[in-house]
Amino acid sequence: MSEHHEHDHHHEEEGPHCSFSGYMIGFMLSVFLTAIPFWLVMGDVFTSKGITTMMILGFAVVQIVVHMVYFLHMNFQSEGGWNMLALLFTAVLLFITLAGSLWVMYHMNINMMPGMS
Amino acid sequence: MSHSTTLPAGENGQFEFMEMGEHHAPNGTLLGFWLYLMSDCLVFAALFATYGVLSQSFAGGPTGADLFDLPLVALNTSFLLLSSITYGFAMLQMQQNRLRGTQIWLFITGILGACFIGVELYEFYHMIHVGAGPQTSAFLSSFFGLVGTHGLHVSVGIIWLVTLLLQLNKHGLTTANKRRVYCLSMFWHFLDVVWIGVFTFVYLMGSMA
Repeated sequence: MSEHHEHDHHHEEEGPHCSFSGYMIGFMLSVFLTAIPFWLVMGDVFTSKGITTMMILGFAVVQIVVHMVYFLHMNFQSEGGWNMLALLFTAVLLFITLAGSLWVMYHMNINMMPGMS
Repeated sequence: MSHSTTLPAGENGQFEFMEMGEHHAPNGTLLGFWLYLMSDCLVFAALFATYGVLSQSFAGGPTGADLFDLPLVALNTSFLLLSSITYGFAMLQMQQNRLRGTQIWLFITGILGACFIGVELYEFYHMIHVGAGPQTSAFLSSFFGLVGTHGLHVSVGIIWLVTLLLQLNKHGLTTANKRRVYCLSMFWHFLDVVWIGVFTFVYLMGSMA
């Protein structure tokens, strides 16, 4: 018990353990995940805007996860899991705010101002 | 006598609570700072939602496709991405207790951040100059609101970084300073995460419309 506690204290002082390889993997992935969406849009790779939008949104989500794991060192263990819990709670609120606003306002525009759409 | 019978006592006469064995962080600063970042995330969620709702309200003014200069945005994105990895190098130097290396990589990070802000200010100046200021349309108001708030965060991050460099110069790699460097690293990487949303949702999707 006391050994466990001491280990925790040590961990707290140092912050999370970061490694050179971890940062480099994260950086390389980020470069690819940034370059591909820019290429898709600037090079007009797909004729359909819908496909391009879906693709770049997908790349953005993957890149956010990469940054969370390799740069922000998110896992289920740090701070006894409270970091991840706060992140998941925020993600839920984020989804409700974004999806809810877009959904409600889209239908408001469609139904309330038929002449302007 | 009644005192000892009404309160539950443990084996060695001390009071025991149900949470006795649970882990408590000896220092809650990192967790607290993470909670601050999550609340900051909600500020950006509101700004993103506002932009999403108003992104087609051009009011006869210029659209994103007319205004956005993607090569410039790509340059800005690479500045911010590079600054993330240089901050990572500063963290690695700090882990090895190398003060000079930490300071040098932090300084490079600050320069890259300043380049990012410089390019963004140039972009804003250019847009306002051609008559696409925040008062032109709801689209531009929400654009300047969202991107400006992110830029303001990066600027505050740079001020914090300069302050931290002075602190490191004066006190060295003390426990408190290490904690500050770690908090700023979370702040810096968090702003990079927000920027992923900005360049995807605002610039790339705006250029297609």
